[in-house]
Amino acid sequence: MIKIPSTFPSPPAWTPDHPIVRVSQVYKSFGETQVLKGVSMSVMKGEAVCIVGPSGSGKSTLLRTINALVPIDAGSVVVEGQEVCDPELDKLQLRRKVGMVFQQYNLFPHMTALQNVMIAPIKVLGQDKAEVEARARALLRKVRLEDKADRHPGELSGGQQQRVAIARSLAMTPDIMLFDEVTAALDPETVKEVLVTIRELAEEGMTCLLVTHEMGFAREVADHVYFTDHGVIVEHAPPAQFFGEAKDPRTRAFLSQVL
Amino acid sequence: MKKLSALALLFAFCACLPGEAFAADGGRPSILGALWKWAPLLLSGFAFNLLISVLAMALGTVLGAVLGLGLVAPSSGLRRTSHAATQFFRNAPWLVLLFFCMYLMPFEFVVGGAVVPFPGWVKAVIGFALPVMANTAEIVRGAVQSIPPAQWEAAESLSFTRRQTLWMVILPQCVKRMLPSWMNLYSLVTMATSLASVVGVSEMLTLTADALAAEGGRTDLMAPFYGFVLFCFFVYCYPIGVWTRRLEARYAVK
Repeated sequence: MIKIPSTFPSPPAWTPDHPIVRVSQVYKSFGETQVLKGVSMSVMKGEAVCIVGPSGSGKSTLLRTINALVPIDAGSVVVEGQEVCDPELDKLQLRRKVGMVFQQYNLFPHMTALQNVMIAPIKVLGQDKAEVEARARALLRKVRLEDKADRHPGELSGGQQQRVAIARSLAMTPDIMLFDEVTAALDPETVKEVLVTIRELAEEGMTCLLVTHEMGFAREVADHVYFTDHGVIVEHAPPAQFFGEAKDPRTRAFLSQVL
Repeated sequence: MKKLSALALLFAFCACLPGEAFAADGGRPSILGALWKWAPLLLSGFAFNLLISVLAMALGTVLGAVLGLGLVAPSSGLRRTSHAATQFFRNAPWLVLLFFCMYLMPFEFVVGGAVVPFPGWVKAVIGFALPVMANTAEIVRGAVQSIPPAQWEAAESLSFTRRQTLWMVILPQCVKRMLPSWMNLYSLVTMATSLASVVGVSEMLTLTADALAAEGGRTDLMAPFYGFVLFCFFVYCYPIGVWTRRLEARYAVK
């Protein structure tokens, strides 16, 4: 195979004193609609970062650029020192490091909860089945669903499905977890059980990026809060400062609506 | 319920027989007597119909699955070729395809000096397999596209390759969705196998005509004999239809 010379410099070895995720000046359009207009953010290892903002402000798209589910038009996304938009990047390698949980859970409906958690490590990472099963059961216990291991997603509540989805992502032992409005489709009474699970993860030191409408959760758990509007990051700050003394009038208008 | 409908049909069939059906008239056997005499031959012909239908369905399903995957392939060239083939065979009358296969293919092959016969019924199987292939391809395409794109996204985010996603996540979910349409297709193929009589395959309809000719072309035998053929197809295809509707109802919920 002929090696195409890359325009990207070979990545320096990433060390934890650098941001684990660095997004700089990212632009993305879907057809005529510009969704991201020069977005930058950086996340350190072990941080929990919440991205809040009105619907359609590009939050979910931003999250999807980090594991290359959405290719970007311009700018750069660097994960653990690796440029995500490098055409030579092994996307599958990247996605092993970055787990993602979706609003609609997206569990595989033809598999039991346990099989959902087990399939990727076995089929993608080629790990030993017995070892994966032990780990999958431990993960289900961690999300308090060990008794539902043999149920299919259709037999579980939304909150239970979402916790299985979190366990499924964790089974790949990622370094970073992305949560895309994971409680938006849930009944109010099951939101809490999912948030508790995420909170535990963040407290254990997992790097978490959350797009969320749960302001209370952002205030309590996040190390940093980003506010997006119309494809730009309007402002970002630690939660106390963000919720207490937001500077931009757009942030204040948004907060007055949701709080 | 099934048995009841079949019995009702048999009863209706007997009721429409003329009065002399049950009595021998001079040297001629009665209608039922003639039917009784010929039934084993006719039923062996029906077994042949079923054999053709099963083989055509098996061959067509395998080819159609491949063609259907071509319809959802990432390569646009492959997609367009598959689309053209699918549309061509989906919009062709089955009888014309049958004639086409009959006269396109040789009646024997010579393989390394040995003559291998290529009988008409095998050509008929191929002739029926072509529309089955095209319809199966459409069923596969429809099912794959009916799976929410979020399933692809979830698999992708777990580092599945496209092929792994297709085989482990998408297709297993498709099987249930495809089953009712596929069974419906099977019952259409079974009924269509009677077309093979036009090209001289000794299936049930051909044998019925032969039996009627052997009885000296008695006009009073025509309707009962052909009625018997209809009855056999009904008894076989109707339960498939019932089962299909039941599956549809079951899968519609989820």
